[in-house]
Amino acid sequence: MPSFFIDVGGPGGPPLHRLSLINFCLAHLSSSAAIQISSLCRHYQMGRSTIRAVDGVSLKIGSGEFVALLGASGSGKSSLLNLIAGLDSPTSGSVVVADRDLAALSREELAVYRRHTVGMVFQSFNLIPSMTVLENVELPLRFAEVERSRRGAMAAKALEQVGLSGRLRHRPIELSGGEQQRVALARALINQPNLLLADEPTGNLDSRTGTEVMELIRRLNESLKMTVVLVTHERDLAEKYAERLISLADGKIVADQPNPARAMARGES
Amino acid sequence: MKLYDSVELAARNLRESLLRNSLTTLGISVGVASLVAMLSLGIGLQQLFSRKLQRSLFDTVVVSSRRDLRSFTREQDTEGPAAAESPDLDENARAKIAAVPGVLEAYPDLRFIAELRFEDKPHLTMIAGLPLLDKNSDAFQGMQGKFFSTENAHEVILQKMFAAELLGKHVRNPDEIKVAEVAQPLLSKQMVLRYAEREAGGAAADSASYSVISRELILTIVGVTDLDPDSTRGNFRARLFIPQKLMEGMHAMQAYESPDSTHATSKEAIYSFVVARVNGAGKVESVEQAIKKLGFNTFSILDASHSLQRAFRIVDIFLGIFGSLALTVASIGIINTLVMAILERRREIGIMKAVGASDADVRGLFFAEAGAMGVLGGVLGVIIGWLIGRAINFGTNIYLVRQGFSREDIWAVPFWLIAAALAFSFIVSLISGLYPASRAAKLDPVQALRYE
Repeated sequence: MPSFFIDVGGPGGPPLHRLSLINFCLAHLSSSAAIQISSLCRHYQMGRSTIRAVDGVSLKIGSGEFVALLGASGSGKSSLLNLIAGLDSPTSGSVVVADRDLAALSREELAVYRRHTVGMVFQSFNLIPSMTVLENVELPLRFAEVERSRRGAMAAKALEQVGLSGRLRHRPIELSGGEQQRVALARALINQPNLLLADEPTGNLDSRTGTEVMELIRRLNESLKMTVVLVTHERDLAEKYAERLISLADGKIVADQPNPARAMARGES
Repeated sequence: MKLYDSVELAARNLRESLLRNSLTTLGISVGVASLVAMLSLGIGLQQLFSRKLQRSLFDTVVVSSRRDLRSFTREQDTEGPAAAESPDLDENARAKIAAVPGVLEAYPDLRFIAELRFEDKPHLTMIAGLPLLDKNSDAFQGMQGKFFSTENAHEVILQKMFAAELLGKHVRNPDEIKVAEVAQPLLSKQMVLRYAEREAGGAAADSASYSVISRELILTIVGVTDLDPDSTRGNFRARLFIPQKLMEGMHAMQAYESPDSTHATSKEAIYSFVVARVNGAGKVESVEQAIKKLGFNTFSILDASHSLQRAFRIVDIFLGIFGSLALTVASIGIINTLVMAILERRREIGIMKAVGASDADVRGLFFAEAGAMGVLGGVLGVIIGWLIGRAINFGTNIYLVRQGFSREDIWAVPFWLIAAALAFSFIVSLISGLYPASRAAKLDPVQALRYE
């Protein structure tokens, strides 16, 4: 298997290496819409009342786009992200990713989708504390049934890309928050997904470490044209990194607009 | 996820909650140990009794001719020819009996009354031949001296009552004689046996005539028995024994031999009884049937053996049930441990699902944990059960020796019991893991990830 990463480097952060862009583009960027959401609803029944976490959302996210889902707590942004991740099933409507309607997939098919198409990072990192850093990153490879002999090298290389090659045998608890999030990022990318879903990735980090992590995500998006969906309640963060800002309230999209600041920054670069 | 990955992750998870998982595994071990200990005792006792039965003529079929009306005649002896057409019990018949599947050895029951001279004093007694196979018979437990060195050795074993008589002691109750006391002055000494050899007369094959020639044989006393090896023979009971082959070569006139008896019509020796030794009490019935088809009567102490085997099977079943009860309790421990593990590792399960674990992967992981506890508990349980069995055996033997009995193995752990206990432990653990594994697999990943 060819190496996934090439070194694209970047100022102020750890060097980032990614796989041949040509292969990646051929494999994953043929479709213009990475995600197509139509009339998506996710309702929960709480006693007699119905919670409308996601309520009739329709949305199209293009391949390689960096989108931020903004909103206050309880606005439905994480619920929408979970539906895109295939962790949750919609009450109605559809989420089509790579021409597959997630609502029509079985539980096993959804697992395969999460394994190969999606990479996720969370606010609370969600690393398994009993495993070393290397083992945490290796974990998705176990489920993907990658040969044992190759897993260690692949995980070590992914950790090297996020600047953690010296921490392979450490446990998550022995790392700083920023380092833990970088481990989570390496884990999310180890199976070469074409969609990165980040749920408040800087929520538990100080501003400097948060910036480091966001720079890493931005470089992934730019270098690989990897589609990134970022959930955040920090408007400044969203405006700094996302190309498009989608605001939610009460499970509905209340605003969907391009980010002029980011477009300007791209234009300058 | 591949099996070895499931096992590896399971082993890691088991190590993480070492104390709780160790206690659960110990619970399984106790269950398996009780099962192994009880069944090993049951099997051991069964084997002990089986050995005793085999040593006590339960593996013996006594064959007689149907022409000999003194022989045993039972209602079920309906197979084969009628008495008048029954073949002679001669060397040819003996060979046929020996060739029956399951027969270890077939030898004629030879015995006669002989005169013995010991230290110039004459003694009269019944003498019988003993095959070397009888060496391990219980009847020779407590014997002083040794068994015959070869099958043709000019050696003799005395019953202690006769030994006492040789020493001039006249005792009515055998319990009053201490075998060591009577054996000590007799062992290695010689005695002269006088007997009548039967020699066929005339050239014609059907000649009924024969000659009787007086012979002498010098025998060395090699053993004195405490028990009576010939106790089942009533009035024909022998008190002096020589090797069977030696006896056969002597062609001595038999105790019940007379010209008009059924076997005096040929110059060939014809026997009243042939004893067939069977390879295990379990084959006695089939051997008896086969010999009856050859046209002879048979006798064995079979029914008692059958009843005992049936009784032991029932005992084994009950012991197994009691042993399994402990394992059932242990299986509840597995369920409890794994359900607790689901609660504790709820978030971990959510993470696994988020990074691509399928329901089957999660289910497999919990199955692997249950199976690993089952295998570990099984191995440990077999070892503990083995030790318990040994301890009981050791304690029982101390008691037996103190009570004046010989040591006995009342405990046996055959290979199949170890394999069955391990398999049973593994299967019970997997069954116990069914519910927790299914519950873990069905966890909603979103809910699991929210769990703190």
